[in-house]
Amino acid sequence: MSDARGHSLDLSGIGHAFGATVALDEINLAVAAGELIALLGPSGCGKTTMLQIIAGFLRPSKGEVRFDGARVEHIPANRRRIGMVFQNYALFPHLTVFENVAYGLRARKTPKAEVTAKVEQMLGLAQMAAFARRLPGELSGGQQQRVALARALAIDPGLVLLDEPFSALDKNLRLDMQIEIKSLLKTFGVTSVIVTHDQEEALSMADRIVVLNKGRIEQIDSPDALYDRPTSLFISSFIGHTNLLRGVVTETDRVKLDSGPEIDLGRSVQRWRGTPVTLSVRPENIELGASERPGAIPVTIRATVPLGAVSVTEGVTANGEAVKISQARAATSARAATGSTAWLSITDTSRVSVFSTPVADSSNNQHRSI
Amino acid sequence: MPPASTSASRQLLPVIPLAALFFAAFVLPLAALVAISLFRTPQFAELSLVQYLRFFADPFSVKVLTDTLWLGAEVALATLILAYPLALVYVASGAFMRTSITFLIMLPLLTSTVVRTFAWIVILGRDGIVNSAMLSLGLWQAPARLLYTWEGMVLALTQIQLPLMALPVINSVLRLDGNLMRAAEGLGASRTRIFFTVILPLTLPGAIAGWLLVFAAAATAFITQTLVGGGRIILMPSYIYQQAVGVQDWPFSAALSLIFTLAVTGIVFAIGALSRRYVRGVDAA
Repeated sequence: MSDARGHSLDLSGIGHAFGATVALDEINLAVAAGELIALLGPSGCGKTTMLQIIAGFLRPSKGEVRFDGARVEHIPANRRRIGMVFQNYALFPHLTVFENVAYGLRARKTPKAEVTAKVEQMLGLAQMAAFARRLPGELSGGQQQRVALARALAIDPGLVLLDEPFSALDKNLRLDMQIEIKSLLKTFGVTSVIVTHDQEEALSMADRIVVLNKGRIEQIDSPDALYDRPTSLFISSFIGHTNLLRGVVTETDRVKLDSGPEIDLGRSVQRWRGTPVTLSVRPENIELGASERPGAIPVTIRATVPLGAVSVTEGVTANGEAVKISQARAATSARAATGSTAWLSITDTSRVSVFSTPVADSSNNQHRSI
Repeated sequence: MPPASTSASRQLLPVIPLAALFFAAFVLPLAALVAISLFRTPQFAELSLVQYLRFFADPFSVKVLTDTLWLGAEVALATLILAYPLALVYVASGAFMRTSITFLIMLPLLTSTVVRTFAWIVILGRDGIVNSAMLSLGLWQAPARLLYTWEGMVLALTQIQLPLMALPVINSVLRLDGNLMRAAEGLGASRTRIFFTVILPLTLPGAIAGWLLVFAAAATAFITQTLVGGGRIILMPSYIYQQAVGVQDWPFSAALSLIFTLAVTGIVFAIGALSRRYVRGVDAA
């Protein structure tokens, strides 16, 4: 059952407009059979429109959608063999768990014995066999989600689309369900597209993440590459937490920060001298020191927040930039006192991303995180 | 008087005017009706149950009752069949169309029953719109009899009672989660299948509420039944009127009234109870 049974999915030149509003523009994406892709972006970025186009609920204004190389724009949703899992699960409230899972098979006029066998198999895989005769209203959120996935997979879909599938779950349950559903999807070898605004969900589930912003694809990459090598300021602040430090290029490999020190990046920043740049430095890539060192940024400690495995300290630079530092908890046993001065140094300059400072962007306190 | 009951009776104070009106205008007449129905003769002599026996022993009277209930059921079914397409169009429409549809549905409610009924007489009459049109188009050779027929009556009542069905049905369809339809479509269901397996079962409480309203309203619609049905079709409301005012047999017409009232409310309660029992997974209306 581990062979890739899913379709490959190709989107080329997809654009869609609602009246004068452009929802999607020039979307090109190739998804391999059996791959798990996440469409990630803030609300209004066009990810739901993209999902509806793939599902067939919406016909794109332009561009081509291909399953296994064949164009499908003209095929209506009910003949695309796509399994869908909705945000609120959309289980039929008047049908039992068994009947919900059987719905797609019955709509395809599958023989009765085959329906029973298939539904029992699916409920077994989803660990819901004991609940076959319950109504959805009698199930917990996690159980409803298992049923929704079983229902989607029962029709042997070539493609599974999941629309914000975990947002209705408790935070504690979320990671468990993510692991469980990822392994189910991988077992089936089905091509899957998850739409989400939650970067943790995308990072934990997907083989590759497509980051959408304002109707365009910003970057397509593996979770690690997206985190370590963001190609834009937007991605660097959208994926994970980061600190944005402003400065000006002084040498090909050096940046003078607005907050004081000059940093040697150990590589060419590929920009002219005097170009204003913004450095993106992850909170775990910063060390907190009690005494002054060359190249260290002086900050005033604002607060320290313990977050389980790590603790996060926030400091403010002389020019007003807020900087977060994430440390393993043992290291903070000697905790920097609120109001005291500390010196920050960058642990690994090769993991610092350099972006040109947007011209229109004139505010100087640019710490952003999701 | 203990303080608790003082506050309780204070709370009930605002209800008293309505309760008094209800008592005087509904409970007392109903009690009078029961009392009158228990007399053996139109001269109010001798108490007995003979009026009820008379009704059930007379096949004509029983037929009038079943015809009337059947009329209500038929009209309710006709409005139900018309209401769903209307509701689906409504839900799929934009704001302007929705407002227009709502206005058109409400319009009949804003005119008097008598006016609406006379409009149907103009349409269905021997020299009415339908006959003149069909004759001048040469499709019919002679004017057809449309007025004073059962079908004409069902048609007129269906139009007149449609708002009572359309409003609850539209309301139920509006409250459906659009993702349910999308889920069904994604699972491969055709539009017909989606309607019968998802939309209809989930809007059944609204449909049943509408059905009961129309059933009760159509079965008791004295004016429309009499004017469009004419003197040939005898139904319970006109039968009661005829026995009371024409024959002056008050005890029998009182018994007719009570039997009719009990039959209609009995059916309403029975269907309500059945739907609460068998409609699952949906909030009862």
